[in-house]
Amino acid sequence: MSEAMQTDPYAGERLKESPFHPRQAALNLREAWSSWNGYRFAEYYYDPEYEYFCIRNGCGTYDICPMQKYRISGADAAAMLDRMVTRDVHKLAIDRVTYVVWCNDEGRVVDDGTIFRLGEQEYMLTCGSPCLAWIRKAAYGYEQVTVEDVSDEIAALSFQGPTTCAVLKRMGLEGIETLKPFGIRRFPFQGGELMVSRTGFTGDLGYELWIEKDRGLAMWDALYAAGEPYQIQPYGEEATNMARLEAGFIMPDMEFAEALKTVHFEHDQTPFELDLGWLVDFKKPHFNGRRALLEEKERGTRYTLTKLDIEGNKPAESSWIYRDRDCTKQIGYVTSAMWSPAAKANIALAMIETEYLDGPIWAWIDYEKELRQYGKVARCTVSKRAFWAPPRARATPPPDC
Amino acid sequence: MRDFDTIVIGAGHNGLVCATQLARAGQRVLVLEAHGEAGGLARAREFHKGFKAPVAPSSHHFSPTVARALGLEQHGLKLAPPAPFTALAGDGTAPRVVRGETLAGASVEDAAAWPEFRARLQRFADALEPSWHKTMPRIAKGPVKSLLPLGQVGLRLRRLGKEDMREFLRVFSLPMRDLVDEHFEDEALKALLAWDGLIGSRMAPRSPNNAVLMMLYRMASQSHCAGTSLIHALGSAASAAGVTLETNAPVAKILVAADSKGQQAAGVRLASGEEISAEQVISSADPQTTFVKLLGVQHLEVGFSNRIGRLRCNGLVAKLNIALDGEPNFDGLESAQGRLLFAPSLDAIEFAFDASKYGEYSEQPVLEACVPTLETPELAPAGQHVLSAHVMFAPHALRAGWDEAAKADLAARALAVMERSAPGLREQMLGHELLSPVDLEQHYGVTGGHWHHTEFALDQALMMRPTYEAAQYESPVAGLWLCGAGCHPAGDLTGMAGYNAAQEVLA
Ligand SMILES: Cc1cc2nc3c(=O)[nH]c(=O)nc-3n(C[C@H](O)[C@H](O)[C@H](O)COP(=O)(O)OP(=O)(O)OC[C@H]3O[C@@H](n4cnc5c(N)ncnc54)[C@H](O)[C@@H]3O)c2cc1C
Repeated sequence: MSEAMQTDPYAGERLKESPFHPRQAALNLREAWSSWNGYRFAEYYYDPEYEYFCIRNGCGTYDICPMQKYRISGADAAAMLDRMVTRDVHKLAIDRVTYVVWCNDEGRVVDDGTIFRLGEQEYMLTCGSPCLAWIRKAAYGYEQVTVEDVSDEIAALSFQGPTTCAVLKRMGLEGIETLKPFGIRRFPFQGGELMVSRTGFTGDLGYELWIEKDRGLAMWDALYAAGEPYQIQPYGEEATNMARLEAGFIMPDMEFAEALKTVHFEHDQTPFELDLGWLVDFKKPHFNGRRALLEEKERGTRYTLTKLDIEGNKPAESSWIYRDRDCTKQIGYVTSAMWSPAAKANIALAMIETEYLDGPIWAWIDYEKELRQYGKVARCTVSKRAFWAPPRARATPPPDC
Repeated sequence: MRDFDTIVIGAGHNGLVCATQLARAGQRVLVLEAHGEAGGLARAREFHKGFKAPVAPSSHHFSPTVARALGLEQHGLKLAPPAPFTALAGDGTAPRVVRGETLAGASVEDAAAWPEFRARLQRFADALEPSWHKTMPRIAKGPVKSLLPLGQVGLRLRRLGKEDMREFLRVFSLPMRDLVDEHFEDEALKALLAWDGLIGSRMAPRSPNNAVLMMLYRMASQSHCAGTSLIHALGSAASAAGVTLETNAPVAKILVAADSKGQQAAGVRLASGEEISAEQVISSADPQTTFVKLLGVQHLEVGFSNRIGRLRCNGLVAKLNIALDGEPNFDGLESAQGRLLFAPSLDAIEFAFDASKYGEYSEQPVLEACVPTLETPELAPAGQHVLSAHVMFAPHALRAGWDEAAKADLAARALAVMERSAPGLREQMLGHELLSPVDLEQHYGVTGGHWHHTEFALDQALMMRPTYEAAQYESPVAGLWLCGAGCHPAGDLTGMAGYNAAQEVLA
């Protein structure tokens, strides 16, 4: 009886703590916690803007333990993944990573993520929200494929910013400077193995570190020891969101609604609408959603996710987009917006009716000044390229390393 | 590489009908059959030295449209009037016999209720009849014209008049029990009248679903012929039309030509390794076999494959064949003509079904039997006979597994049930074989050993059969078609799925 009373009646409801939690909790000066996939997760640790500048000018770590990780292995693993995602998985070499989206039968995006090829017949798929049910469905009918959810087995840390290579070198990762973007390399680490991929979600130089969960803290300590002179700093969701927007990366629940979660027909998006047509490989004879996407390609895409450079400095959050300055013809809506310190521009991603992309584009911006509401119309310019794409993100070896 | 216009997988009756239609339209057609002989579930198979029997011994509603289109009469098919269907209650009471429109052996009250009951159901069945012959419309896609078949059925039902129309809408999804309880009192008769809504399906008298619809399907064109003579006529018609039939030729894979333009069925690879090319491949194998085993899900959409994967294909009927030293005698019957039902009441059927829900067969199985040697003496040595019984409900996934002991036990129970109306049966027995649904799956290549290849229920019927995006015989892979019992309308020896598929291919 007394034992039963001691057990936490809400045990199953409480947020899980990542292997890095003891260190992250100590650094979370503002106690700004939210949650991601059932993990306690930092919105920010100290100040979102400060953390953002660490990413852009120094280095920072971002906990990706809550990210979903699936090990997909077996003789049919490549075929199964190749049918599931729109890109050609057979082209992915061992120790390489690729960015992918996958669609339902109607060609609407279920989720995006990355595929790591870890061996001849071994892959890891990562994504933002749980996708096991869909992956299992996609594996139905293949005899030789095993799908395992390894999300809780791996301690994973994203490490981003221009000084990351130097820090990793200082940590003892010999030859890290020769690792190319989307490459994977393994290093011995205190009797175990540390896997490093040159990947990230900031559009800048950066890496992701993967290690078995029991070695997570030791890895953290080694990294933070090496990064100390570089003022290594953890960053949370808010800084990530700023950095990814500058890089032009999409976010679920912002740019797209996962197709398996929408109720309304076409409240979800296709890869073409998300401007991810480059991920859709029609040279493949078949992949899930191909028929629908081919029809869309021939018919034309109704909306296109567009990068906008907006005059002024008022972020166009949740703005309507119009064809005319008088705002009589609505042609779209903003999905994410911010003042970009790196680009020194008022930037946004917006879903805009494709046929109006060549004409004038105006945004109606609501903003607040000391509790008073104001509104204004601002001219928008379509930007073809990401707002932040420094050459160092792609250089091998990276500069200063 | 050998090349044909069309390859048909499986020489069951539907495969043969489809192939013959296409050959008659000028196509070069190759039928590939896994077994040594054509016929599918209607193929006779030796089960005791000198004794043969098909799994499906007779047809009760082979489509006259198909028979006419294929000229089957010239090939020896005779569609006889319906055979008697007799309830043997096993309690010494006189048999109740339904034969077409007539009913014998019933109480005065039941006999009085019969003509109207029967006539009304027949009007419903007649109104629905054309829809079994038509390709169902696509859901939410396709030209408005494709909705015509449904519109026509609606119109035919409307033409029945307000009262019939209302009654149809009221009863079409009723449990069989509710329907017959409203009109009759004699339990054995009610079991007899409910039976054709149930046999072959995962349904009991109290199940609301497709039982009434199944019965109306079976009433749409009543006739009678032996399964073996049907296959014989179909084989003859096929070869006359120029169809090439190859037996002992199991197909291992459906070949797909795949390039940046997409996918297209290109032929088949046999288990022997030989590859044969064709413009189109039409499979009469069940949908799971066709899509998952023969084609492979890598050519299909994820959602579609999973819909195929969750089709309900677990059969519930075991086949019991008995070799008899002479003609069996049943209480109160001069001869064992037609079909005999050993289910004394609706409850007896319901209880037998209950056991199957929990992975068991009942201590008191219910069964339908016939003596096919009465019309096809060649199945047994002269003067001797075969009794062929459908034993319900025998779940494919028997919890304890279908070992020899389980089969012997179920056979003994079935025999005991029949003996109540045929006391001398055991003494006449020379041997027997019980084929569980697992055996049927193995010997006849049908997933789950299912009577209809996949359950005929509201969610797997009409434009949902076997599932949307494959319900018009066409599959998601260009050039690959379905033509077996897993398609609209359903199983039984009717030829309609094969015929409808051929019409679509030629359209
Ligand atoms: C126990 C039982 C009793 C039945 N009794 C009756 C009855 O009395 N009356 C009635 O009307 N209906 C009866 N049925 C139902 C009826 O038999 C079926 O609905 C009907 O046979 C379906 O015909 P089909 O041509 O579509 O398929 P099938 O008859 O199943 O024929 C399919 C053919 O395809 C072949 N095949 C499968 N895979 C391959 C491959 N890979 N390569 C080559 N060939 C392949 C098979 O060998 C088979 O010959 C019964 C069913 C069962 C299970």
